[in-house]
Amino acid sequence: MSKFLEASAVIALLAGPALAEPLGLGRPALPEEIAAWDHDVRPDGQGLPPGSGDVLTGEELFSDNCAACHGEFAEGVDNWPKLAGGFDTLDRKDPVKTVGSYWPYLSTVWDYVHHSMPFGNAQTLSNDETYAIVAYILYSNDLVDEDFTLSNENFLSVEMPNAAGFIEDDREAVELPLFSQPPCMENCKDSVEITAHASVLDVTPDDGTDDAAAVEPAPEDQAQAVEPPAPEPEPVALVEAPDPALVEKGAKVFKKCAACHKIGDGAKNGVGPALTGVFGRQAATADGFKKYSNPMKEAGEAGLVWDHDNLDAYLADPRAFLPKNRMAFAGLRKDADRAAVIAYLQSFSQ
Amino acid sequence: MSDDQDSGDRAATSPSGPSRRTVLGGLAAGGALASAARAEGADPLITEVQPWANGFGDGVDATPYGLPIRFEGDVIRRNVPWLTADVISSINFTPIHALDGTITPQGCAFERHHSGAIELAKPDYRLMINGLVERPLVFTYEDLERFPRESRVHFLECAANTGMEWAGAQLNGAQFTHGMIHNMEYTGVPLRLLLEEAGLKPEGKWLLVEGADASSNGRSLPIEKALDDCLVAFKANGEALRKEHGYPVRLVVPGWEGNMWVKWLRRIEVGDQPWETREETSKYTDTLADGTARKWTWVMDAKSVVTSPSPQMPIKHGPGPMVITGLAWSGRGAIERVDVTIDGGKSWKTARLVPQAADKALHRFYLEHDWDGGEMLIQSRAMDSTGYVQPTKEALREVRGENSVYHNNCIQTWWVKPNGEAENVEIS
Repeated sequence: MSKFLEASAVIALLAGPALAEPLGLGRPALPEEIAAWDHDVRPDGQGLPPGSGDVLTGEELFSDNCAACHGEFAEGVDNWPKLAGGFDTLDRKDPVKTVGSYWPYLSTVWDYVHHSMPFGNAQTLSNDETYAIVAYILYSNDLVDEDFTLSNENFLSVEMPNAAGFIEDDREAVELPLFSQPPCMENCKDSVEITAHASVLDVTPDDGTDDAAAVEPAPEDQAQAVEPPAPEPEPVALVEAPDPALVEKGAKVFKKCAACHKIGDGAKNGVGPALTGVFGRQAATADGFKKYSNPMKEAGEAGLVWDHDNLDAYLADPRAFLPKNRMAFAGLRKDADRAAVIAYLQSFSQ
Repeated sequence: MSDDQDSGDRAATSPSGPSRRTVLGGLAAGGALASAARAEGADPLITEVQPWANGFGDGVDATPYGLPIRFEGDVIRRNVPWLTADVISSINFTPIHALDGTITPQGCAFERHHSGAIELAKPDYRLMINGLVERPLVFTYEDLERFPRESRVHFLECAANTGMEWAGAQLNGAQFTHGMIHNMEYTGVPLRLLLEEAGLKPEGKWLLVEGADASSNGRSLPIEKALDDCLVAFKANGEALRKEHGYPVRLVVPGWEGNMWVKWLRRIEVGDQPWETREETSKYTDTLADGTARKWTWVMDAKSVVTSPSPQMPIKHGPGPMVITGLAWSGRGAIERVDVTIDGGKSWKTARLVPQAADKALHRFYLEHDWDGGEMLIQSRAMDSTGYVQPTKEALREVRGENSVYHNNCIQTWWVKPNGEAENVEIS
């Protein structure tokens, strides 16, 4: 620890309040409470639970849970993180930092996937599922073969390529002497030239104060303008307004969708199309969304409309309903979840 | 911005002055406009009785919790959409160009979330301390309020502040180049007292601090810092933390990168080694030119920026007296001195500092200047209480290359043109 820290620690001890003995506040943490919250994993394997998962299982899980953002091959979609590749780029301009090219510890991958992923549906993966997904990420980086099984037994034997690529902060030794010279005040240089302009790139967002409203028509108007007449209008017209309690429940279920789909006034297309107005809409017609799969486009042209029954069947098993469509989502197995999320979608189509 | 506010702005600036759009569109005439009000005879704002001078304003309780008046509607956080894939794991920027003094109002203090800003009520709040302690404990919010308390002002700067500027001048505005910072008065319990309550075991050298949100944003914190000046805070600027800043409880790690100030703090584990979490390995590590990366770069180096004039704060009044102002801060202590140049660093003048010295907090500097209407290359240069002098971008690049992303504390240059507009540039 640095000298400044030692010095300031002494000051803090003198100045701050101090406890002579415990105040007796709080209560003992129960073992089952600690077990519920303490599942972090360290590089030395501390915290790693028993379990295992193989690459092929991981591939399927990854496709269902991760590929929407990270790509089927962990190559990354749009601006979402790439998890594979990028080897030999760290010393180049714009290095590609992936699990394979950059992450020094496999424990970090396991810990993060298990605690914080999938995005929008965290803490739902079992230990074995986590092992399998981590095995697949290793495979997608060519670090293991396709018949590899990762487990708590062999976990520490996996070598990460960039494990030796990090040094502890050395600014104190390297930079402080350089940057602690008395600065020049007069006649510091003869001439000054401008060498780069931010205006050349022109990537600064608009201040938003003046013309934003005029440039972008309200998304609702847009949706109405492009919405084709529903080929079969009856089912939509006959549906009653959704139950508010169900809509509220659906809002919670929708969190599983929210990483890719936005909904509501002004919702924009993301990885998936905006879903405002999707209930009762012809398939593959979200305004401005260009990433529909061919099967989805064909189904829409053939007259597929997202009424209650079609949504229900699609959400129960997206791949069975429409093979080779792009939505990387395993589906909602529970009838109640589907009913709720459909009611939620419907509430944005009134 | 709604139409309502826009027309409000216009109404407020008419007839005495131009709308904001006119000003920005026709800056060359700015000086002339300002003096025109004088040349055209008596000012109707003075000679005619104005509505606000003969009727009533709002009664009390019109806004039980007040927001800034509508004319200040453009002083808001803004994001840079292309920076991140999504607004859930993203960042926006404090409008530092339009603020003065040193305290950042909570409502416009920048936000950085990894899984969105969660809503966690005080009755649902629990803080657990476990690991290498004598007594693993759970605290409620009310428990925390019973510990001895401190109130201190500290800046929080994201390690990525100015990160887009490593490879060149990129964003036009102090808000976007330097707005991942805020400065608040925090009230809370010294972390040390909570650790003492649980009874630290001697082999405990590191803490894992994690939040209640899905990201958890777990970070390893060395015990020396934890026992030094960290606070478990529940108030900022006198009121409850905002949801977006970790309501009801966040960690305050003075002078260290913002990512460590874990929001919605739910658990502190004491261990004998660091955890090497995602946020301290794959992120918040500084890649050097040769491809190796520095880790544990916790301290924020001394830094400053001129907030006005700047690209979002052009000079509208033409030549004559003006104030050059900005912010300075250091994670190693107080700011001792800020020098300002208007000729791109050929010569420097020392600015006035307010307050004169505050540990790991924002300082405001002012330099009164009589502008001759010529172009200026304005920079500020901070020096902290350890003698560290804010480096030029060139000097930083020599040590770190251009791929560091984090901890860019270089001297910033604004090119002010004769028409008063300012642009983000790099100079020789």
